[in-house]
Amino acid sequence: MTIEPAQEGSGRVEDRADGDGAAMNRFKDAEHLFRVALVFAAGALAFVVVRAILVPKSFGEYGHYRGTAIAEIAAQPVVFAGHESCETCHPEVPAVKNKGKHAKVNCEACHGALAKHAEDPGTVEPAKLETAVLCVKCHSKNGAKPEGFPQVDAKEHSAGLACDTCHKPHSPVIGAGGKP
Amino acid sequence: MNMSRRQVLLLLPAAAVAWESILAGTPEASPNYKLTEHWWGMLVDISKCIGCGNCVRACATENNVPEGYFRTWVERYHVSDFNQAEPVVDSPDGGKEGFPPMLEEGGKNFFVPKMCNHCADSPCTQVCPVGATFISPDGVVLVDKQYCIGCRYCIQACPYGCRFLNPKTETAEKCTLCYHRITKGLTTACCEACPTGARQLADLKNPSDPIHEFLRTHAVQVLKPHMATGAKLYYNGLDGSVR
Amino acid sequence: MPVQGYMYPNEVELAWSILIVLYPFLTGLVAGAFILASLERVFRVEAVKPTYRLALLTALAFLLVAPLPLQLHLGHPERSFEMYLTPHRSSAMAMFGFVYLWYLMAVLVLEIWLDYRRDIVRLSQSAKGIPRLIYRALTLGSTNISENALRIDERASYIITVIGIPSAFLLHGYVGFIFGSVKANPWWSSPTMPVVFLFSAMVSGIAAVLLLYMFTSRVRGQAVDMNCVDTIARYLFYAFLIDFGLEMLDLVHRIYEADESFRSLDFMVHTRLYLSQVVIQIYIGTLVPIGLLALTQLLRLAEKVRKRIYAVAGALTLVGIFAMRWNVVIGGQLFSKSFLGYTTYKVGFITREGLLTASVLTLLPFPILWALVKLLPPWAEHEFMPEAGAAPAQGGD
Ligand code: HEC
Ligand code: HEC
Ligand code: HEC
Ligand code: HEC
Repeated sequence: MTIEPAQEGSGRVEDRADGDGAAMNRFKDAEHLFRVALVFAAGALAFVVVRAILVPKSFGEYGHYRGTAIAEIAAQPVVFAGHESCETCHPEVPAVKNKGKHAKVNCEACHGALAKHAEDPGTVEPAKLETAVLCVKCHSKNGAKPEGFPQVDAKEHSAGLACDTCHKPHSPVIGAGGKP
Repeated sequence: MNMSRRQVLLLLPAAAVAWESILAGTPEASPNYKLTEHWWGMLVDISKCIGCGNCVRACATENNVPEGYFRTWVERYHVSDFNQAEPVVDSPDGGKEGFPPMLEEGGKNFFVPKMCNHCADSPCTQVCPVGATFISPDGVVLVDKQYCIGCRYCIQACPYGCRFLNPKTETAEKCTLCYHRITKGLTTACCEACPTGARQLADLKNPSDPIHEFLRTHAVQVLKPHMATGAKLYYNGLDGSVR
Repeated sequence: MPVQGYMYPNEVELAWSILIVLYPFLTGLVAGAFILASLERVFRVEAVKPTYRLALLTALAFLLVAPLPLQLHLGHPERSFEMYLTPHRSSAMAMFGFVYLWYLMAVLVLEIWLDYRRDIVRLSQSAKGIPRLIYRALTLGSTNISENALRIDERASYIITVIGIPSAFLLHGYVGFIFGSVKANPWWSSPTMPVVFLFSAMVSGIAAVLLLYMFTSRVRGQAVDMNCVDTIARYLFYAFLIDFGLEMLDLVHRIYEADESFRSLDFMVHTRLYLSQVVIQIYIGTLVPIGLLALTQLLRLAEKVRKRIYAVAGALTLVGIFAMRWNVVIGGQLFSKSFLGYTTYKVGFITREGLLTASVLTLLPFPILWALVKLLPPWAEHEFMPEAGAAPAQGGD
């Protein structure tokens, strides 16, 4: 390619030309701008295509998010079985517990998460509970607890003895009766 | 004894089916759940909280919450009657292992359980640049961890400090209101573990939910009402010094 | 004492690191440099002409680096394209990708291309080897540099600059809005934030171009065009006064209103933020350079003295603006949203968001600028055919 553009440098004559010729020349002089526009248009087109391919199918099903995310989050496994489930297999415990002061305390508040056990009680055995540790989590004395809540200073109250030497965990008031 | 208990369950086929679907952990297994029939919230009764930390532990266990971060936590307030505006607050390890005895004498002392407010007009979902966090049609603010880019704008936008970046997944994380449980008819892990009923899951669309009776008869409050976030975590007995 | 008082437990660790400090700093330089460049074109300030092309290339170099700290900071950088796929209309951040792309492609690249087209075409014929191929590609296959074509370019480039000024305002005002619109954070939440960001951007961009111009002149063994430098310094002075005025307005407003957050923020400014905010940002980074620049405006100083003062004032300005970004981004996370406690920010060194990364990212624009300058020389004497107008006047600087 020769140094064509320099030759075109004397564009004045074309400028004065009128009609089709002038329009044609003006187009020629602006041609590079159309080329840029073409590059931009190609970019925009590529963007639209890529976007159509990549946006997840369920996006926008309910709102500005992936609709399937809801089901994915709901599919997380359950770890705490819930007291209703315990009670179907261990009916003797609520029979006692529901008459005592721990009636509203759910099984897993003390026994911990046991969905695995509820699913397969034969192989997954619940851990033995250490009452000296367990009971004070709720009953240790603390100035910020509601006044009416029964609290003890464990050192004074039990002198290191496990709480279930005197209290029955499922029916804690002494002398309230009940087997477990 | 072993088998006899199993048989009890087998004798209750309906219960067995329900339980199996719960364990299967598949949303199709809870076919009766309709997104449009619920609008979830929660009620916290300050006067009942004993600060035992059961909810914090239960939440961490149920949801595999990384150490040092909290989807729910419990704060202890000490408000001097001479200086209402400057309470002394602590929350050792989010209250996970309960609280040591009070250091301050006198004043007003109480526990405040905190968690995501599942705001109807939540600032966190507003700022998410890509639509990775959203409020579900049943009123729960959720994070899509397959889609989150980890920019942390939502963490900045939450007035309540309820969000964090999970260091393992590098995505924003928060309370899901145990979405995997409530869609199967269970209550949340924190409510299940709460010994005093200080937390109550509430379905605001269900007319027979006791929440309606409660809201009618009590002076309830939300946190930072001036933020106008449409918070659905209702507090009964909330002191003005709490923020 | 990492935590003092009470923080919500999830607040103890800062969500946004030093990389997020860099991002508004870098985009600020871009916007400021561009606005300076457009002065020449739109408002016909002939005096700043020697810096026109340099300012454009500086803006481009910094703009290319600006998104990198953001990318590195993301938990999942590989998903960042989602911002283009599904931008969330209600999010202040979602538009970032589009604003950035618009500014980069539709304004800066296009303007530079139009301005350099004649040089590109010439170089595509005179250069050899790989550069030749690059120039060839840059011509987009059109070698038409007739007078008419150049006149069309001139007009198109003018239009782009006119569009570019509000775009530059948008680019940086928008960054301010990302912070200013967070209602949960009283340190950020303020309608003046975008305006303050904008003016501080202009200040930093002008200072950066001033320094770069003086530095490159020295490296090239050329005399500094004093008229040009004096004019730029004057703009710097005025922009700085407005910027400082706005920041003081915000401060006075906060102190007078003294809302619920005031005590907490006030305490923070007097303790954890004292060094970076009061000492570095306000005293060293604002009052000293404003004072120095005021001297050059009030007194008739010798050229040599003026040059030294400009260099010192420019450097301090950059330090001050960086400190301002730091205080906004990091300061906004040091206090608890409960207003009851304070945390500390620990910068790692060789971590993903550490000091090393930040330093590399800060320096990265310079090699890019060097490459750009090599590729597209901004100096007048490299022009093949000096224009009949302003160019020869600058030839001697
Ligand atoms: C499917 C029936 C079933 C369900 C549901 C169930 N369990 Fe069990 N559980 C058993 C059986 C059977 C045993 C006896 C296992 C053994 O002796 O090895 C047992 C044993 C236990 C033990 C230990 C008893 C001991 O003697 O040490 C505890 C504690 C316990 N279950 C608690 C629970 C709790 C709490 C739940 C609710 C989360 C629950 N179980 C749900 C069947 C069930
Ligand atoms: C206040 C805490 C607490 C609650 C609430 C509680 N338990 Fe227990 N439970 C204990 C303790 C303590 C033991 C004795 C130590 C052990 O076996 O680990 C125990 C023992 C048991 C045992 C085995 C020993 C026995 O005596 O039968 C079963 C089964 C059991 N619990 C089931 C339940 C079920 C089902 C529920 C819910 C209805 C429940 N528990 C609620 C604390 C509790
Ligand atoms: C998860 C918390 C929790 C744990 C663990 C717990 N309790 Fe309780 N306990 C309660 C609640 C709640 C009440 C009911 C308080 C009320 O009625 O106001 C209660 C009531 C009691 C009472 C009756 C107090 C009274 O006279 O009103 C006794 C005694 C008691 N618990 C002992 C125990 C012992 C012993 C243990 C350990 C085996 C234990 N608790 C473990 C929560 C707990
Ligand atoms: C040596 C036997 C013994 C041991 C061990 C023991 N208690 Fe008690 N506890 C009692 C007796 C007796 C009462 C009834 C006193 C009363 O009603 O005033 C009681 C009452 C309580 C009460 C009710 C207090 C109230 O204010 O109503 C709580 C709570 C309690 N115990 C918790 C515990 C805990 C927790 C432990 C384990 C750290 C424990 N106890 C160990 C004997 C014991």
